[in-house]
Amino acid sequence: MVVDLTKCQGYAQCAFLAPEAFRMVGDEALMFDPAPSADQRVKVLRAAAACPVQALQVDMADLPQQPPAEPLVAAKGDRLRRDGRIVIVGASLAGLKAAEQLRADGFTGTLTVIGDEPEEPYDRPPLSKQVQTGFVASADTTLPRRRDIAADWKLGVAATGLDLERKRVVLADGQEVEFDRLLVTTGVRARPWPVPEEAALDGVFTIRTRGDAAGLRERLLAHPKRVLVIGSGFTGSEMASVCVELGIPVTVAEAGPAPLSGALGGVIGRISAGIMREHGVDLRTHTKVSSLQGEDGKLRRAALSDGTTLDVDVAVVALGGIRNVEWLESSGLAVGVWGLACDAGCRAFTAAGLVTDDVFVAGDVARQPQPMFGYQFLAMEHWGNAVTQAEVAAHNMISSETDRWPHLEMPAFWSLQFGHNIKSVGVPPIADQIAITQGSVESRQFVAAYGYKGRVVGAVSWNQGKWLDFYQQLIEQAAPFPLPYDMTNPPPDPVPVPAEFPDRQYPGREATVVVTGHDPSERRATLVRPSRRR
Amino acid sequence: MTEPSVFDEIVDFHNRANPWPLYDKLRTQPVWQEADGTFVVSTFREIYALFHDPRISSDAANLLPEFAHKAGPLSDGGGALPPSFIRTDAPRHDTLRRIAMRQFGPPHRPDRIDKLVPALEAIVTRLVDGLVGKDQCDLVDDVAYPFPVAVICELLGVPEEDEPRFSAWVDPIVNSAGQPTPESKEQAKEAFQQLGMYMFQLAQRRKADPGDDMLSGYVTDDGPDGQLEGGDLFATLILLLIAGHETTVNLIANGWLTLLRHPEALQRLRTEPDFSIRMVEELLRYEPSVHFVPNRIAVADIEIGGTTIRKGHPVVLVLASGNRDGECIPHADRFDPDRADNVHLAFGNGVHYCFGAPLARLEAQLALTQLAKRLQNPRLLADPPPYRPSPVLRGPIHLPVAYDGVLPA
Repeated sequence: MVVDLTKCQGYAQCAFLAPEAFRMVGDEALMFDPAPSADQRVKVLRAAAACPVQALQVDMADLPQQPPAEPLVAAKGDRLRRDGRIVIVGASLAGLKAAEQLRADGFTGTLTVIGDEPEEPYDRPPLSKQVQTGFVASADTTLPRRRDIAADWKLGVAATGLDLERKRVVLADGQEVEFDRLLVTTGVRARPWPVPEEAALDGVFTIRTRGDAAGLRERLLAHPKRVLVIGSGFTGSEMASVCVELGIPVTVAEAGPAPLSGALGGVIGRISAGIMREHGVDLRTHTKVSSLQGEDGKLRRAALSDGTTLDVDVAVVALGGIRNVEWLESSGLAVGVWGLACDAGCRAFTAAGLVTDDVFVAGDVARQPQPMFGYQFLAMEHWGNAVTQAEVAAHNMISSETDRWPHLEMPAFWSLQFGHNIKSVGVPPIADQIAITQGSVESRQFVAAYGYKGRVVGAVSWNQGKWLDFYQQLIEQAAPFPLPYDMTNPPPDPVPVPAEFPDRQYPGREATVVVTGHDPSERRATLVRPSRRR
Repeated sequence: MTEPSVFDEIVDFHNRANPWPLYDKLRTQPVWQEADGTFVVSTFREIYALFHDPRISSDAANLLPEFAHKAGPLSDGGGALPPSFIRTDAPRHDTLRRIAMRQFGPPHRPDRIDKLVPALEAIVTRLVDGLVGKDQCDLVDDVAYPFPVAVICELLGVPEEDEPRFSAWVDPIVNSAGQPTPESKEQAKEAFQQLGMYMFQLAQRRKADPGDDMLSGYVTDDGPDGQLEGGDLFATLILLLIAGHETTVNLIANGWLTLLRHPEALQRLRTEPDFSIRMVEELLRYEPSVHFVPNRIAVADIEIGGTTIRKGHPVVLVLASGNRDGECIPHADRFDPDRADNVHLAFGNGVHYCFGAPLARLEAQLALTQLAKRLQNPRLLADPPPYRPSPVLRGPIHLPVAYDGVLPA
């Protein structure tokens, strides 16, 4: 089973009713075992039924027998829905959810799911949390199946190319798979340490896959002298928290001014830095790692830009991700470091900026205009976004123009670190100001709202997640910022201050396009890759 | 005399047995302003939104002076004790609730309720055994009431033999919550004093000779938030004692009534394993124990549902109406135990979400399953049955049932 922690508000009903499978951390953060033992079945069913926000998804094999649903019958003229061929490239959360949605919408044609990892779709958030603390085994994170998707799975084989004219996906083993509609859900991979020889040292980890997580867990179990975490975004901060929980000395090297400052700004970043230091983390801001040094192929030391050298035997590289688009580079689609651009209905753009009708994209790899946030093209690397965007893409793939949905989901994410539950809605990084609206920073129980030019664009809660629905509504209504009314639990200082986000650049700004042809019918745009530009 | 409002009719005892058509009428307008200045909220989305709206307070101190008399005595201590945590706002609410939770559930006592399941089974078995040798019973007096009372006594550490004493104090408190009058409020205040005194003596005994019960925990354990001091301890204990059984009585009695009105569901409960789990969830939606949350206050003007709720005015959230809102819930008037993604308002929502919800669910699942499996050919002797006076805690006061026999457990 899996818990949609974006929905979860920490009511703890599951932890009461099935305490072996669900654990509360603090007032409202939840850790769960995705594969509880068979003797827990009834308790887990009780937990799933009791969830006040229905965030718990149990595999269909464990659900009570349901009366058969009325079969959806495709309209006579709806050939695609009845016997079209759909290919999904990317067999993780978004790919699985899209496949389930296609079948739920009555798609009865052939469905092929292609993934470069050999495993069935699994859940990644636990890999940097309960897998590292030992509550859950990395192999137990397989995502539950909510319905029979009757797909042809091609796992352990990467897609290497796309031929749009012939509508074929080319695979690493030379196979070609034909499609009528294609969905790209290839996601993101961990950004490796940039020096290959140093990245190859034994003890240097990234954390994105089950294999990464299992290797790191094994190393942490062996009580390393010190762990170096490089980068303090969410993954880096969560890893630092895990080390503290396991009693392992940990240094965090952060090139910027504070942890989490890219996602939540400098004000929240300083709070986060304070919490890290209270827990004994050796946090070094404005500090880069100059080199990772080894002996006999094993990591031994790290030299930092502050002039110090640390003895470390494990380094976790948490420098964000790289979007998996290389296989699409010569496809003619609008791909680059920004991902694959698409419209609000998840239809991919060509390099020339035309919208395609048969290639769709969802999940971390998609970059989409966000009407609620100034129509900016944003990529939302959030669990909840992967689910909702996949569902919208799947629906649109088999629907006529007039039935299509826009993906207008409110971005939302969560992080659990140092016993604190951090949740956010909206797009804080576009904000210019932040104001504490409820509670107090000192008690570590507060909500803050983000404003941009006088309207609410985001919010973050620390151990106060039950209030976030209110802020989501404010964002959806483009409500004024700062909030012009009294509220319960007012903060000691409600005055807005600068949100202190690093300067943002649209990654597409660096794109180089060559345009050829003279007649409007002949005009073509081609993206030039940096490697080929030289 | 002005025409009674829809809400007046709902509160009117004559409509207790079947308020549902009135709730349909109420939902034609999401928010109503009553003649006395109270705002009544009827629709699912608006109720849900207000549960998460930080402009809604639970602290009676935020009422304008002209509404001060509206503060119900169920949980405000009746003037004898400080308000319990359900009548407070953060940060005080969060602290009091966290201390109370420390002896009840996760994260500090994660398996307290799970470990209680065998004891719950044993109590139900004993009560249903008591129906052997008769051909009819009052399901309220014989099962629905004594079961949760026995459970809350065991949990809190209140001797069960004291039940007649505290029920004599609880009744006036519950009665005055529904329709407060000067006399009923005076009786409630007196009852709070007596109950507080009783709890004080019990606390002294547990302090000297602690057991594994919650009361012993409250007087001996000292967590990061400290202990409940003085009046806060007694207010919390009384809240848990009252809320711990007054609502579950209704859930079980309403549940049994609903099952006898839906024989196919009763039959499935006998034969399908785990059927009780989703059935009770649907029951909570369809026949909730608490029909409305009467004690919220706006601390700012709130524009919602086409109306502006005024600062300082009382706000009533009609949970039972929201649970039948066809705009958000498909075929809302049908009792459908197979309902998927059953999100309902029976336990409220937001930070004041029902403290004892997991216990109530288990109690209803276990009691109704055992009744279904053991009572042979059960029949209602009165439909509708007679109801308790309260429009808030709504349920039968008696539920006479005939049966042919009782199977062994």
